[in-house]
Amino acid sequence: MAARTLTINGTLISARSNETVLEAAREAGISIPTLCHLDGLSEVGACRLCLVEIAGSPKLQPACHTTVTEGMEVQTDTPRLKAHRRAIVELLFAERNHICAVCVASGHCELQQLAVEVGMSHVRYEYLSPDCSVDISHARFGIDHNRCVLCTRCVRACDEVEGVHTWDIAGRGTNARLITDLNVPWGEATSCTSCGKCLLACPTGAIFSRGSTVAELERDASRIATIVAARNERW
Amino acid sequence: MNRLKLATVWLGGCSGCHMSLLDLDEWLIDLAAHVELVYSPIADQKTFPEGVDLTLVEGAIANDEHLELIQDVRERSRMVVALGDCAVTGNVTALRNPLGEARSILQQVYIEHGDPRGVLPSTPGIVPILLDQVIPIHMIIPVDLFLAGCPPSGPRIRAVLEALLAGTPPELAGGFG
Ligand code: SF4
Ligand code: SF4
Ligand code: SF4
Ligand code: FES
Repeated sequence: MAARTLTINGTLISARSNETVLEAAREAGISIPTLCHLDGLSEVGACRLCLVEIAGSPKLQPACHTTVTEGMEVQTDTPRLKAHRRAIVELLFAERNHICAVCVASGHCELQQLAVEVGMSHVRYEYLSPDCSVDISHARFGIDHNRCVLCTRCVRACDEVEGVHTWDIAGRGTNARLITDLNVPWGEATSCTSCGKCLLACPTGAIFSRGSTVAELERDASRIATIVAARNERW
Repeated sequence: MNRLKLATVWLGGCSGCHMSLLDLDEWLIDLAAHVELVYSPIADQKTFPEGVDLTLVEGAIANDEHLELIQDVRERSRMVVALGDCAVTGNVTALRNPLGEARSILQQVYIEHGDPRGVLPSTPGIVPILLDQVIPIHMIIPVDLFLAGCPPSGPRIRAVLEALLAGTPPELAGGFG
């Protein structure tokens, strides 16, 4: 694989030609915040938290979905990017009902952690306070739409790793909601194998194991990448 | 010595943030040497006084009394700190927001899920009137500092108070929940 030389925040880096800016940055020890990206799954570039500046391009580019090129000059942490990231996290909090104090994922949630990382002291936007449902029709898992950020990590884990595609998204904009099968309660979604991969992949308290209560939901999303690696490399 | 005039206010919250403040135990005695507590749910003072240096506000804006008091707080305080998640985000107090306007909430709580022969509470001038939506305080007045947490721990409150007393910018480590 051919090598590419680029700079990230002024540091000279070499990367393989098929790598994304996110992968190249991580290998160089430079962290870029992400939410919809999960190692082992395809990229959708949905959350925009990983936006970076690339010299010569007026548009910001998602690091998870941009391939490195020779001589590329990338900035990952400018005041402009920081302002955008904080605004994105605030909008995610404003869009649904995030009450960390009573959430299963509190203390183990990627969104809650991102709020700290981007310095979100408070949300400047008006809360939408939508009326969202909680589906606990499945015997082992539940989904609380109040906490969903529509990152589609569950959709991709179910489709690409379990090979099932129980999850999808229906509706548009603020009305967009995750659905199981053809919008039936999860417990009636006959395609679901109850494997739990969507639970592993979810970054928030949206998908939870039944019976877990406040701050109890711990899981290791990196197990998705382990499963994928094991399969690809025929462990 | 000119002691700093400190006020603490309890709006739509569970009083947990005040409990956290009291959790500072013997440090409160040190604090008392530096501040004069001019208004607080734990002090006997009915109206919010003029010329307050620092006010800690627990709780969200949930009724007409909060709405009125928070204006006095802002006008009469040099610095206002949103203390805890309810003040900062609405938090648990705002759990009712998706359920609709105040009237429908009262109907659900007092009639549908309460005593079917119950009545909606109505005592004008005595019990404050609920607002249709619970809102964080910064949506009503400018807030100088946000100290999140449900509740923020005693040591975090202490760190902020110590910094403010020393006139240095406080370190606001920690997040929601
Ligand atoms: S999902 Fe995360 S950010 Fe949302 S309420 Fe739960 S802990 Fe907080
Ligand atoms: S449990 Fe497995 S099969 Fe069922 S929805 Fe989740 S990922 Fe898909
Ligand atoms: S349920 Fe979880 S993984 Fe699925 S879209 Fe919502 S936040 Fe993302
Ligand atoms: S992590 Fe790149 S767009 Fe979400």
